[in-house]
Amino acid sequence: MTDLTSGKTLNRRRFLGAAGLAGAGAALSGVPAIAGETAKSEALITDVQDWQRYLGEGVDKHPYGVPSKFEKNVIRRDVPWLTASAESSVNFTPLHELDGIITPSGLCFERHHGGVAEINPADHRLMINGLVDKPLVFTMDDIKRMPRVNKVYFLECAANSGMEWRGSQLNGCQFTHGMIHNVMYTGVPLKVLLDEAGLKPNAKWLMLEGADSSGMNRSLPIEKALNDVILAFAMNGEALRPEQGYPLRAVIPGWEGNLWVKWLRRVEAGDQPWQTREETSKYTDLLANGTSRKHTFVMDAKSVVTNPSPQAPLKHKGRNVLSGLAWSGRGTVKRVDVSLDGGRNWQTARIDGPVFDKSVVRFYVDFEWNGQELMIQSRAIDSTGYVQPSKDELRKVRGVNSIYHNNGIQTWLVRSGGETENVEIG
Amino acid sequence: MSKSASAVALVLTAILLGSIAGEGSAQQVANREVTKPAAKLGLGRPATADEIAAWDTDVRADGRGLPEGKGTVKQGDELFQERCASCHGEFGQGVGRWPVLAGGAGTLKADRPDKTVGSFWPDASTVFDYIKRAMPYGNAQSLTNDEVYALTAYLLSMNDVVKDENFELSHKNFTSIKMPNASAFFEDDRETSEKQFWNKNPCMKDCRPAPKVTGRAMSIDVTPDGKSGPKVE
Repeated sequence: MTDLTSGKTLNRRRFLGAAGLAGAGAALSGVPAIAGETAKSEALITDVQDWQRYLGEGVDKHPYGVPSKFEKNVIRRDVPWLTASAESSVNFTPLHELDGIITPSGLCFERHHGGVAEINPADHRLMINGLVDKPLVFTMDDIKRMPRVNKVYFLECAANSGMEWRGSQLNGCQFTHGMIHNVMYTGVPLKVLLDEAGLKPNAKWLMLEGADSSGMNRSLPIEKALNDVILAFAMNGEALRPEQGYPLRAVIPGWEGNLWVKWLRRVEAGDQPWQTREETSKYTDLLANGTSRKHTFVMDAKSVVTNPSPQAPLKHKGRNVLSGLAWSGRGTVKRVDVSLDGGRNWQTARIDGPVFDKSVVRFYVDFEWNGQELMIQSRAIDSTGYVQPSKDELRKVRGVNSIYHNNGIQTWLVRSGGETENVEIG
Repeated sequence: MSKSASAVALVLTAILLGSIAGEGSAQQVANREVTKPAAKLGLGRPATADEIAAWDTDVRADGRGLPEGKGTVKQGDELFQERCASCHGEFGQGVGRWPVLAGGAGTLKADRPDKTVGSFWPDASTVFDYIKRAMPYGNAQSLTNDEVYALTAYLLSMNDVVKDENFELSHKNFTSIKMPNASAFFEDDRETSEKQFWNKNPCMKDCRPAPKVTGRAMSIDVTPDGKSGPKVE
């Protein structure tokens, strides 16, 4: 255990030792050992395979491509017992199957309150009214004639990890942490549209409203709206997916996903919040003393190890790659620490890839595993100095009934066979 | 577009981009100078009064936005049984996993709180706004203003917020309704109540005694089987 938590980079001697262990494990699974040792030839190499002999599909077969059939497990999953109806429900991004920081559009988790509205963009209208000089109606063509920006942001559901407040419930980071996605948005700053209508000086709040049958509406402080809110029509280079609000959605960087109103049809300016259902009955955080926080907009710093995890157990002794995601709604992720012994000792992980404001980052720890039990944790630290707390630290302040904003440290127990479990430790 | 026209367009774009850039972001555009207030693009058209009336149905906690109309508890009871009870139950108790709308008074400090309109919701306006825009589930915006007043009255009655079954709720008396849990909400205070989470020197070595497993998701066993997930073509 001490060896694992030392944080030293593997040197050549240790790597060879680790590789020997990997070879021993691999022999059982039929994979040849490393070069230099006696190895059996593989038919995969010595025989000509079908894909080497016959023609593959032509360029006319897939005008819009799909993943390899060997990736058919890389899918969104839902938990039927969570909600009464699939149209007001959620599914989960398969974080354990992904790498880098960009979530493929077709795998971005969905959360609807009245199912997916199907809207022809030619029929979509955006209205701006209320405390403005001139109430306006925009078509999608109008919006696409405005100056654009491109930004990468995470969208995390306020309820992500919410089922875990009382203890470990769901076995897999897809289920415990998968109400998040991270994509590049293209759109127009909301400020541009508000300037067209002309905000009155007493406009302090906006209400965003969706065109779907839930009529999703929420109040948004004007400072945030004028700072970095985008009305996006594209994600990852193409039009929004229907389930992500096609043809137009709000992007509210760093703030809880519920505010990111999809199928956005109206923005109203007012001088106080509206106290809509989604900011009173829902998305308020009940504390142990019976009072509730409201307008808990920001998503605090959080992280999760995606590999290994219950759906992605360790398969090999010796050399392994630990990988995960970290994010903060308050700014950039500055550092991620990883523990392999349940938080007794920590080492700083390597962040690789782009580090954007209010976007996820990807982190890695290259390590050796000799088959001993591990208790894996990760701890994000953001640009404001906020350190991701343990679940127990959060429970001390909030109790167990606040439903939303659970950013507590996750523990995965890796057993001697590599099987990995969602656990709580004490 | 003439050369001078495209030059104007570029300058305009630069001004707009400059004016929206925030601070300290790694994603900022290079251009940050802010010169003049943004010029109008001249896009969009005026919204008509009819259009605004059709879409702007929201009701605020102070009653702003309430349409003219009225409805009694009794009328609401009849409507509720016809339009709502199949999911929410005759008395708002909820059928199966559908939401419970009534009861739960005094349970917010309990181990398992029962958060309903009566026990939890701070404003009656939210009941009106939400029913009007989103209910019945699957047939939204099918209720008249009078029907929404009546249903709101019935919900208040089921929750003992109004006691008289002849009570009539209207745009005139609406703001006199006071919800039991109205004062129990407060603005996000995490930056003060959780300030201990901003910690310059988190522990790195020998931070705690050897941990023991105290709970396991596997013993609860409610995770869907990975193979039973939705099929993707």
